[in-house]
Amino acid sequence: MGLDEGDETGMASLMRAALAGDESAYARFLGIAAVRVRAVARRKLGSNGSVAPEDIVQETLLAVHLKRHTWRKGEPILPWLMAIARYKMIDAFRRNGTLRTVDIDDLAEILPAPETQNEHTQRREIETALADLSEGQRRVVRAIGVEGKSIHETAGALDMNETAVRVAFHRGLSAIAAKLGRRT
Amino acid sequence: MKTEDLIASLASQARSRKASPMLWLAGLTLSAVLVAVLALVGTIGVRPDFGIAISSWRFDYKFVVTLALALSAFVVVRAGLYPESSARLPLWVLLAGPGLLLAGVIAELLSLPGGAYAMSAVGKNAMLCLTVIPALGIAPLVLLLAALRQGAPTRPGLAGMCAGLLAGGISATLYAANCTDDSPLFVATWYPIGIAGLAIAGGLLGRIVARW
Repeated sequence: MGLDEGDETGMASLMRAALAGDESAYARFLGIAAVRVRAVARRKLGSNGSVAPEDIVQETLLAVHLKRHTWRKGEPILPWLMAIARYKMIDAFRRNGTLRTVDIDDLAEILPAPETQNEHTQRREIETALADLSEGQRRVVRAIGVEGKSIHETAGALDMNETAVRVAFHRGLSAIAAKLGRRT
Repeated sequence: MKTEDLIASLASQARSRKASPMLWLAGLTLSAVLVAVLALVGTIGVRPDFGIAISSWRFDYKFVVTLALALSAFVVVRAGLYPESSARLPLWVLLAGPGLLLAGVIAELLSLPGGAYAMSAVGKNAMLCLTVIPALGIAPLVLLLAALRQGAPTRPGLAGMCAGLLAGGISATLYAANCTDDSPLFVATWYPIGIAGLAIAGGLLGRIVARW
């Protein structure tokens, strides 16, 4: 009706009429809301080509519709509308962020599995290194270094005393280090 | 879909018959209190010497602290119902409960001999306290999250966490009527654990159920 329907007071009275069942007032309210939200969305999304401002406009209008009972008739309506628009914009950004990251499952065929391969190589290296040790050292190094047992457990399992286990472990590691060309 | 078509289809359902979210929150908070009261009375009940305990400042002060928590959390949850106030929640009011508790702790430390601190803090009902506060708070938390769904919280996780604090305030108030450990040192040691559990659960659930 009036030319100033688009300002705070005008929109508030349109929404009041809408909530009471005035469909044409509601249509005008939503039209003005769309213009306002579109302006903000264009400005905020300017550099981001992957979210369409019109999607934000439509999602905001839908949210406004579903949540119109959360506007308190005595309260300003523009902050209410813009808070909803901001929420929907953040939501779209977040969703878009997850969409843009490539799902690793799609690449499973192409990509090698680096970690498993590393593990395999490492395991092979360890086994080669262990093969050169004496029987006693090999058992101790395997128990502690590969299976992760404690000195105490190893001593019990191999029926040795703990000092002997420590000595064998240390000598075994030194031998492996020497073979791999490192100094301890 | 074109925006004009969306507007036309929404406009045909202009009238809203939904109740205000504040009405939902008030009703569901009252229900939450009622459910928790019934749960307390139906299980462990209030302590037998309730009538005598009322004359002790330590007993009464428990309610000052837990009610301060419940009221302040209610204020924040109410603000969290609306999109325009969600962005600037008055979180500072949540300091009321912890602040009053701290004052109680200081008073207790000044009035007790040093040797009695540990005994007062450990108390006799620690395990019961750790169990009952979360247990009594679960149903209230569910009801309060339902109230949040009727609103439009733009920070659903934070609003859910405050709903958890409100549920914790309600259950701690009721548990305090059963517990015989009245020292602020006990309250400060054990109550916050159960309440924090409810707050965390509320925050996690809020992110899921209060989104819109």
